[in-house]
Amino acid sequence: MSERGATLAAGDSFPKLLISNAKFRGARSAMREKEFGIWQTWTWAEVLDEVRALACGLAAAGLKRGDKLAIIGDNRPQLYWSMVAAQAIGAVPVPMYQDSMTKELAFVLAHAEARFAMVEDQEQVDKLLEIREIREKAGEPSVEKIIYKDQRGMRNYGQSFMQSIADLQAAGRAYDAEHPEFFDTEVAKGGGGDLAIMLYTSGTTGEPKGVMLSNDNIIITARNTAELDGLCDSDETVAYLPMAWVGDNVFSLGQSYVAGFCVSCPESTTTVMADIREIGPTFFFAPPRIFENILTQVMIRMEDASWIKRKMFKAFMSLARRVGPAILDGKPVALLDRLGYAVGRVLVYGPLMNTLGFSRIRLAYTAGEAIGPDIFDFYRSLGMNLKQLYGMTEGSVFVTAQPDGEVKTDTVGKPSPGVDIKIAESGEVVFRSPGVFLEYYKNPQATAEVKTADGWYSTGDAGFFDSDGHLKIIDRAKDVGKLNDGTLFAPKYLENKLKFFPHIREAVAYGDQRDEAVAFICIDLEAVGSWAERRGITYGSYRELAADPRVYDLIESEVAEVNRDLAKDAQLAGSQIHRFLILHKELDADDGELTRTRKVRRSFVADKYGVLIEALYSGASHAEIETEVTYEDGRKGSMKADLVIAQAATSTTPAPMKLAS
Amino acid sequence: MTALTEAQAPLAKTFGEPILTVENVCLTFGGVTALDNVSFEIREHEIRAIIGPNGAGKSSMLNVINGFYHPSSGSITYKGVTRSRMRPHQAASQGIARTFQNIALFRGMSTLDNIMTGRLLKMKRGLLWQALHWGPARAEELEHREFVEHVIDFLEIQSIRKTPVGTLPYGLQKRVELGRALAAEPDLLLLDEPMAGMNVEEKEDMCRFILDVNEEFGTTIALIEHDMGVVMDISDRVAVLDYGRKIADGTPDEVRSNQAVIDAYLGVAHDEDDAHDESRPG
Repeated sequence: MSERGATLAAGDSFPKLLISNAKFRGARSAMREKEFGIWQTWTWAEVLDEVRALACGLAAAGLKRGDKLAIIGDNRPQLYWSMVAAQAIGAVPVPMYQDSMTKELAFVLAHAEARFAMVEDQEQVDKLLEIREIREKAGEPSVEKIIYKDQRGMRNYGQSFMQSIADLQAAGRAYDAEHPEFFDTEVAKGGGGDLAIMLYTSGTTGEPKGVMLSNDNIIITARNTAELDGLCDSDETVAYLPMAWVGDNVFSLGQSYVAGFCVSCPESTTTVMADIREIGPTFFFAPPRIFENILTQVMIRMEDASWIKRKMFKAFMSLARRVGPAILDGKPVALLDRLGYAVGRVLVYGPLMNTLGFSRIRLAYTAGEAIGPDIFDFYRSLGMNLKQLYGMTEGSVFVTAQPDGEVKTDTVGKPSPGVDIKIAESGEVVFRSPGVFLEYYKNPQATAEVKTADGWYSTGDAGFFDSDGHLKIIDRAKDVGKLNDGTLFAPKYLENKLKFFPHIREAVAYGDQRDEAVAFICIDLEAVGSWAERRGITYGSYRELAADPRVYDLIESEVAEVNRDLAKDAQLAGSQIHRFLILHKELDADDGELTRTRKVRRSFVADKYGVLIEALYSGASHAEIETEVTYEDGRKGSMKADLVIAQAATSTTPAPMKLAS
Repeated sequence: MTALTEAQAPLAKTFGEPILTVENVCLTFGGVTALDNVSFEIREHEIRAIIGPNGAGKSSMLNVINGFYHPSSGSITYKGVTRSRMRPHQAASQGIARTFQNIALFRGMSTLDNIMTGRLLKMKRGLLWQALHWGPARAEELEHREFVEHVIDFLEIQSIRKTPVGTLPYGLQKRVELGRALAAEPDLLLLDEPMAGMNVEEKEDMCRFILDVNEEFGTTIALIEHDMGVVMDISDRVAVLDYGRKIADGTPDEVRSNQAVIDAYLGVAHDEDDAHDESRPG
């Protein structure tokens, strides 16, 4: 890495950063896209030229300072450039989810008052035309101009308000030739406090909200974190997550423009994995779900591999799981293990990472939801520096991140540079940072609910700092309760910990305003079934298997392990699970116990199985219950069961090395 | 498409001169009459469908156009030239490409290679040059590869570029076959039951590709299909065959309301006498 390579670009707006990059690293690659089977590359100087033509074209077409430009499509270089081009002339890009239904899109377009729309292809054009027609009939203003990238299928669209990006750029170049001062003057007018972008949050409740982020929000956050992680212009990343998602804006635009590294756009959404492999990114972000899918793919392929490969994979993976993370963190490891790991790198880890396209990864992040420790450890043991971060749209992503060498599976790391975090009385995480958004667009009431005048933002998540100063997010603040002795009780945190065991399919924990925490467990029929088969345990039904004392023993040991883990945290030690029972039926959406997306409806379950909860707290050794079940054909029946209530071993803080029993 | 109101309607579609004219064609196999005095024309840039119930003679008709069968009487005029006997490879070199009812791809070869075979007739260099894969032959291959990449992009099959076609699902194989036909840059594209055996989603995709090919490249398309719904949606004109005879010809709306067509499809019982009078070929 040269001296210049690590120099971050200067400027308080994206167009200024672009000009700086074009000046100091003009010949370096800025953007790539695979088209017609070949990677096309644009240097920073070429990107500036494209953006300049787009900006002048947009201005010539009538887009004014303060106007909104909707951006809809997959990750395409031209769409990224359009965002910077809009900012250059003081307009505000509003990227929208490309897979939105017409109705959702119509709401966002109208709410943002987008005058122009820059879209990828005919699919998006058709949605916009439909919206335009509805709005016009109602006499409401709608998108005035549609600019599209892909010519395909557009031959017969004669409408005068539509134009291809190529035509817009040609007009822009002509305009630029006539007004050579225009672009630079307009760029100079922009500043750090200006609104850079508006992102609509999908919002699980109510209408989507437009989060307004300033240049400073994104650029300062990007600069701080790029410095921390040592990002430089020789890094490479692949932009494959939706452009409307804040992360893509911070990684693919913010950090790329600040550090000057190259961003590659995949050929299509279906070729992402192959494209990642070809590019070999050094910096990579993926939500846990994607890491999980990749791991599943690897495991399936290994099942089909030859006997010797399977043996080798198994042997070296068990070594990697034992010592890999420690080697990655630079901790001392026995010489023999080190040698074994080096052999494993040649025979297994290296080829595997190469097949996945992860050979060059220096830095990888995951966020969004809890990642299973097995999945997390798998990648780390292979030598991938995978870390977790915690963030949200309203904070320009980075709130906390795990520093190199201090990675734990169940925390989200330390506050990012410039971020102040405090834990409110209720356990809610509140923070202030350079990335905290300006406000929600046209929604001061919603803004006031989450942001104070002096810039503190309430996340709605409950968490605490562990003894190493790492933030641990445990649940949504509104779901967190307290035990009678005042200990935090975070049901989802307990349930997730339980569910990380493959034998446990669902868990429901109770404890708010009680003396102790207790739990219902639903076993995973497949996992426990095969476990039982290997031990020669026979069973006739789910109910029989669930009631087997040996299954109870299995689950008890897993609950005890969760308790041991909880005991390590002073704040959570009190919420160890004292008693549990295994339900005689699976929780089912048809019975109203789960939502259709398979989330437990806690209060409904509490009502339905109230008898069982009382039994868990009464100290009884078993409980009878009669429940109504809905069969798959819609008929209803009732099911009677006598359930055993089991005690789980609890641990004291600090955790003993071995379980006492 | 609801988005296109009359005010914003696309430019009206225009058709050119007939590219292919079939006149009084009969085809017999021994005592079986497969085609009985069939006449119709296919005009440039149109999507022309030939439909009919099973065994109506649709595939025979396509094979006659393609030069695979030779009519026992009647004439076929293609691009102004009336031909007597033509071989399939001559048809191919004159700009007729086709797909098959039962997929006919090289199963062990990748999607890319299969589509490259569609360029075969465009390759100028001989076997020796190609085997050397050097100099002009290499340059030529690169040129063809570029064209093929456009076809791959057009059909949105980038993700299966290197996958052996034998491992692909049926709907995708059909798409690869269409790709191979397109790679030949045909003037007339013959599609033999392009939607057969597809699920609804695959059918919708295929319809869109057929319309796009017609719109983007102006390719004239003749397609055979027994799924009436699909055909009526995408065709400009439809000819209906039943027992080897043409029983109707016209726009989808005309054909849809034609009593003979309804009868043929619904299998309405004719009087015994009628059946004799018509002396239908088997």
